[in-house]
Amino acid sequence: MRIAVCMKQVPAYSEGNMDERTGLLIRSGLETAVNVYDLAALETALRIKETAGGTVAVFTMGPAGAESVLREAYAYGADQGVLICDRAFGGADVLATSYTLMQAIKTQGSYDLILCGKQTTDGDTAQVSGALAKWLEIPHFTEVSAVSVTGEKRFCITQTFERQKLVWDIAVPCLLAVQRHIWPVRMPSLKLRMAGKKKMITELGIDKFEDQDVGHYGLKGSATQVKRIFPPKRTSRGSVMSMEGPAAAIYILRTIEAIQGVKEEGAWS
Amino acid sequence: MELNDWSGVLVYVECIGREVTAVSRELLSEAGRLVKQNGDPIYAVAVGANPEGLTEQLGCFDINKLYYYHTTAEFQANLFEQAVTQCINILRPAIVLIGGTARGRALAPRVAVAFKTGLTADCTQLELDEMGRLVQTRPAFGGNIMASILTEAARPQIATVRPGIFPAAETAKQDGEMTVHVEELGGDKVPVVLLAQSDIEQKAGIDQQEILVAAGRGVKRKEDLKMLRELAGLLGGRLASSRALVEKGWMKPEEQIGLSGTTVAPKCLLTFGVSGTVQFMAGMKNTPNIIAVNLDSEAKIFEIAHVPICADLYEVVPELIRILKGIPPAADSRRVKGE
Repeated sequence: MRIAVCMKQVPAYSEGNMDERTGLLIRSGLETAVNVYDLAALETALRIKETAGGTVAVFTMGPAGAESVLREAYAYGADQGVLICDRAFGGADVLATSYTLMQAIKTQGSYDLILCGKQTTDGDTAQVSGALAKWLEIPHFTEVSAVSVTGEKRFCITQTFERQKLVWDIAVPCLLAVQRHIWPVRMPSLKLRMAGKKKMITELGIDKFEDQDVGHYGLKGSATQVKRIFPPKRTSRGSVMSMEGPAAAIYILRTIEAIQGVKEEGAWS
Repeated sequence: MELNDWSGVLVYVECIGREVTAVSRELLSEAGRLVKQNGDPIYAVAVGANPEGLTEQLGCFDINKLYYYHTTAEFQANLFEQAVTQCINILRPAIVLIGGTARGRALAPRVAVAFKTGLTADCTQLELDEMGRLVQTRPAFGGNIMASILTEAARPQIATVRPGIFPAAETAKQDGEMTVHVEELGGDKVPVVLLAQSDIEQKAGIDQQEILVAAGRGVKRKEDLKMLRELAGLLGGRLASSRALVEKGWMKPEEQIGLSGTTVAPKCLLTFGVSGTVQFMAGMKNTPNIIAVNLDSEAKIFEIAHVPICADLYEVVPELIRILKGIPPAADSRRVKGE
C-alpha cells in the first residue's frame, strides 16, 4: 500500500500577518507549527501502514523552512518526506495549490491512498482536499471519522456529517480527509526524531514537474484575485467598564435578568 | 474565455431526504437580491432520490429553471459533481452558490477544478461590482481583516456560504413559471458500497440556545472550563468557545462559534476571555445582547459588545457561580484577597 499524506506548515497563532498591498500572508518572522488537523491524517496513515503494510510519504508545500514539517513527520514514523518549494508556487489559491500538489504527487508515482486533514488553521477553507482529488480524478470522502482495513486495498470508512453517519466499503485509489479526533495522535519518538534529522528529503521545484508552465502555478495560476483588504466595520456599542470581580458579577446578573424580562429582542442594541 | 457567454446565478439546492436545507433557501434569497441589479435569471440544481415536494419547497423563489438529477445513491462528491457540472455546461451561469455544509464543501472544489475556475470559501458578503463581477468578501487568514476576492478571468464564479450567514427571507414571487428538467444521474462507476446509514440524534446545538457562555483564549487551563460549563448550566444555557480552544483540543468542533464553526444568535451571549477575531464575530454578530468580559480593555470584542466589561474572568466567574448557587459570600476569603 502506497500512502501519501498532505501536511502544511501554518502560523503558530491564528492571527497571521498579511501584506496590506497584496493581501498575501507574510510568513517570515512568524512562529510556525504543523497544522494540527494534518497530524490526524498522518496518524491515520501510520495506523493503516501498521495493519496493511506499505509506505507513508508526506508532502508539504511551502517555503524552505517547511522542511521542519517533514522532520516532524519523520519523528512520528513517516518513510519519505517531500518538500514542494519554488518561488513560482507562492501566492496560490485553492485551484493553484491543489494543482501543484497533484503535479508533485505524480512525480513520485501512483498512490493507493491520499490522506488530508479536515482543514488548515490558517486558510480554513477545507477545500484543497476535494480539489486535489478532482485533479487526480479519484473519489474523495470528507469528514471521515473512522477507517479500518477490510481486505486487499479495501477499507471500511465512516463519514460523520451534520445530521447523518454514512458507512462505506471503498476501494483504492481514493482520497480521505479525516476528522481531527479520528484517533489520538501518538507521541513522536525521540529515536525516530534523531534518525530523521539525517534522513533525506525529496525536494521538488517546478523543474521536476511534468507541467513546467509557470502560468499554472502560484499567483499566476490562481483563478481568484484578492482585490482589496480592509478592516471590518465596527460600531462601538457601549463604553468599556472596568470592574472588580464581584461588581462585574452583579452587573452581569442584573443585565441578564433585564434581558429575560424583556419580550422583544434587541433591547440592548 | 468569453465571459459574456455566462450569465445568471445557479444555486445548488442541497436535499437531505425530502428536505431542502436551510442554507439552500438562504442562498436562493441571496441570489434573488443579486439579480435585482441586472435582471439575470436564477437557476437551481438538486440531486437526490425524492423529487416529491421539491418544487413546492422552492415555489416561493423566483427560479427560472430547476434541474433535478435523480439518483438513489447517497451523497458522494464525485458522483454529485457530475450532475452539477453537467447542469453548468447546459446553463452556463456566471455565478454558482453552494452552501458551506459538509457535503457542499466536498462538492464545491471538485466543480471548481472541473471548470478550472476560482472558489471562494465561506463568504460573508456578496455584491456585484460595476462590471457585473461577483465581489466575494470573507474574513482572511482567521485574523482581523476582511478580503474582497474576484474570479476575474474564469467562469463560473463559485462561492460557498456557511449556514446562517444570509437571511432566508423569501423573495416576493414575480410572474413566470419555474421550468423543471428531470434527468437521470448515471450510476457511479466507482466500486463503493454503502454499508450503513444512520441519523445522528440531534441534540440541541449551540445555535439553539437562549443563553450561551463562550470561552476564549483568556481561559488559561483546560480544567478552568469546568467552572464556565457550570456557570452556563446555572444560567440554563450551554458552553461554547472560540476557535482557539477547539484547536487546543479543549472544546469540541461542534461547540465552536464562528465562521468556521457554528453561527449563533442566542438571546444573550456572555463571552469570557474572547478577544474577538473577525471569524468569531462573523458567527455571532446578530446576537441581540452581547456581554463581553475581557482583561484587555482594547479587545476587539468590546467594539460589538452591548455590555463591555473589562474584568478578570477568574474573579467574575466564581463570583457569578457563588451568587447563582445562593452561597453566602466568604467574608474571610475576600479579606485575604484584599491584603
